[in-house]
Amino acid sequence: MYQKISIIILLIVTTLSCNDTDPISAIDRVDSFDRSEMLSFWADEIIIPAYMAYANDLSEMDETAKTFFADPSASNLEKLRESWLEAYISWQSVSLFEIGKAEEIGLHNYTNIYPTNIELIHSNISNNNYNLILPSNFAAQGFPALDYLLYGIEDTEEGIVSTLSKEDVRTYAISLIERLYSITTEVLDHWTESYRSEFVANDGSSGTASVDKVVNDFLFFYEKYLRAAKIGIPAGKFSGSKSSRHVEGFYSEKYSKLLFQRAFTSVKDFFNGISYDGQRRGTSIKQYLDQIQNISNSDIDYSGNIISQWNVAQSAADALDSNFKTQVEEDNTKMLAVYDELQKAIVLLKVDMMQALNIQVDFVDADGD
Amino acid sequence: MKHYWPSYINKTTKAAPLAAFRFLFGLLMLISLIRFWYYGWIEKLYILPTFHFHYYGFDWVTVPGPWTYLLFFVCGLSSFSFAIGYKYRLSIIIFFLSFTYIELMDKTTYLNHYYLVSLLSFILIWIPAHAHFSVDAYKHKGLANEYIPRWSLDALRLMIAIVYIYAGLAKLNSDWMIDALPLSIWLRAKVDLPIIGSLMDEQWLHYLFSWGGAIYDLFIVFFLICSRTRIYAFATMLFFHIMTRLLFPIGMFPYIMIAASLLFFSASFHTRFLSGLSKILLIPYDVFCNGLTYRRHINFDRYAPYILIPFFLVQILFPLRCHLYPGNLFWTEQGYRFSWRVMLMEKTGYANFKVVDSQSGKHFYVQNEDFLTSFQQKQMSTQADFIIEYAHYLGEHFKSQGHQNIQIFVESYASLNGRKSQPYIDPDVDLLTVKNSLAHKKYILPLHE
Repeated sequence: MYQKISIIILLIVTTLSCNDTDPISAIDRVDSFDRSEMLSFWADEIIIPAYMAYANDLSEMDETAKTFFADPSASNLEKLRESWLEAYISWQSVSLFEIGKAEEIGLHNYTNIYPTNIELIHSNISNNNYNLILPSNFAAQGFPALDYLLYGIEDTEEGIVSTLSKEDVRTYAISLIERLYSITTEVLDHWTESYRSEFVANDGSSGTASVDKVVNDFLFFYEKYLRAAKIGIPAGKFSGSKSSRHVEGFYSEKYSKLLFQRAFTSVKDFFNGISYDGQRRGTSIKQYLDQIQNISNSDIDYSGNIISQWNVAQSAADALDSNFKTQVEEDNTKMLAVYDELQKAIVLLKVDMMQALNIQVDFVDADGD
Repeated sequence: MKHYWPSYINKTTKAAPLAAFRFLFGLLMLISLIRFWYYGWIEKLYILPTFHFHYYGFDWVTVPGPWTYLLFFVCGLSSFSFAIGYKYRLSIIIFFLSFTYIELMDKTTYLNHYYLVSLLSFILIWIPAHAHFSVDAYKHKGLANEYIPRWSLDALRLMIAIVYIYAGLAKLNSDWMIDALPLSIWLRAKVDLPIIGSLMDEQWLHYLFSWGGAIYDLFIVFFLICSRTRIYAFATMLFFHIMTRLLFPIGMFPYIMIAASLLFFSASFHTRFLSGLSKILLIPYDVFCNGLTYRRHINFDRYAPYILIPFFLVQILFPLRCHLYPGNLFWTEQGYRFSWRVMLMEKTGYANFKVVDSQSGKHFYVQNEDFLTSFQQKQMSTQADFIIEYAHYLGEHFKSQGHQNIQIFVESYASLNGRKSQPYIDPDVDLLTVKNSLAHKKYILPLHE
């Protein structure tokens, strides 16, 4: 009896409370957001094309390296450097997606740990007994190690050509290039063979679902690799003293801004749902946020706030020297300014966006109440 | 009053409901500890972190390294032991102490239902839950009884009533009732659920769940007490807890509450349950149904009511302490814990610590992941007492590294129930100059609606 009454009261109360709210919201409500459509777009138009282009550039680098080592000359060195740069730039677009096989093998750690450890590189070269799989060798391989070998191992161009053509140095350089290529094809093959469908099918909303994982990877990349590694650490944000040695592309001395810009563009394109080739627009986090704002009648323009903050950061970054090493040494305040603007977006991303999407930062497998 | 008290204290009731609860609760605790161990949480939550957050006044509770496994083992063993009623008083005391110690090791893992477990096991120390259907009573025939003092069963019921009613009262706030927050944030993300998923975007559903939840919490105990409505109340309860279990990662909580609701069931229900169980376990249940009433055996029983009366006074007053603090409770969280405030808010935060040399003005920022697990970072960034404790830890750490004249500031932002993120702690306060205390934390910036 009491139960029946209470159910009736409950129904009346809930009906009333619905009437209290804005009736337009029900009409405005768009259909449920299609996560699997978004995942398909990410996989087919962003992630897999990015990996394909990157793998292609690595194979190109492998070719130019073979040419160089067959015929060591200044012009062949230049070609090798160009292909190295192409691949390094392409890397900036896949580094966001450390998921699946890439996460399993730890692709980033084998690809882009800098500053590179030149003592370790030399001892590996002279011992000719090294295992690149060991974590202790993270800082002796990948693009930063090649940066050193191709630009910094000797002071003159002739010196670099002749040192690189020495048997033991050559062997080391080739093994670095081949390793980059082999781990990348392993990741790419996994995507195209089986992981793509698994990724798209995992369209739920738990902490281990694809959307949650990609968004976390994206945030991690933005915070650790873009904001901290490329800008904050060289500018001395975490140590109190600036250190140009921590700049990406330290030995080539001219590409750090280019690499940063490409990484930042990849971040923005991913957020806005722009395909890797820049030709198509698809379902994106931006749309997802806009829909949530719409459904919840929120006056917070989640995506607009993020994009306008990024625009501010972008104009600050545009003012930087193409070589961050020079920038840090001569006018570090501009580096600090870029850091501050990138940092402001962290709050919008990690707090406002994550709450709106109801995604946990670094999903923790524990009980709640 | 004088007249009623002695007559109430001497009232008796069947022992079966209490014995059944002891048995179920003990088994649930055993399962819950095994589950915790099996998921690797002992290592992840207690052994791996280099730093632990302490409850105010419990800094002395530390994680005993690998011995933590032994602690969990002892706790698990004692839960099984009190479940079967073997050396009951000793087992339940060991369980209460070990479980509470585990919970005190790091407040990052605070959950209301862990607190409830500690409280229930504390009450169980003082009442004769082993007088019936237990190894102790089977071995020592003098202990076997069919009846127990009524107050001992009522004490557990009262505890459950306090939990539900305070949980219900806590829901009567504008975020919950008027804006259906935070449920709308949580439910919206569940559109992928089978069958009901498509409803999860519906606003009426968010309100139905919010209002339903509040009404449920406020009144369920009364419907359980009343024998005519009990079965419906129990069905509602099953539905409610199964729903919450499906929607949210709340671990063992629903099962504990379902077991606890059986405390309100009639003695005949429990007698049937225990005699059925005895048949399966090949125990002669009849030996416990001897018509005898449990009498005071040891000092425990004489003092028990006088321990439990102040205990309940504290239980009734303690959740109200938040009213002693100014500001929005969800924002400041002063007096939030230990008050049965369950699932009331979605709070996300970010805290960036700045270490400054006050002499040279030089500064640098801390990478929190160097010191805290992601779970600790998450909890720390939205709770002021965590932020202060962590800042002091950072201070000690950098001092030991040779830094001098250290000041620590925090740039922190938090977002509460879908509001836009806003500054949380005053960024101009050197956190090393303030200490955690029960006093109002003036450096928490006010919440702007």
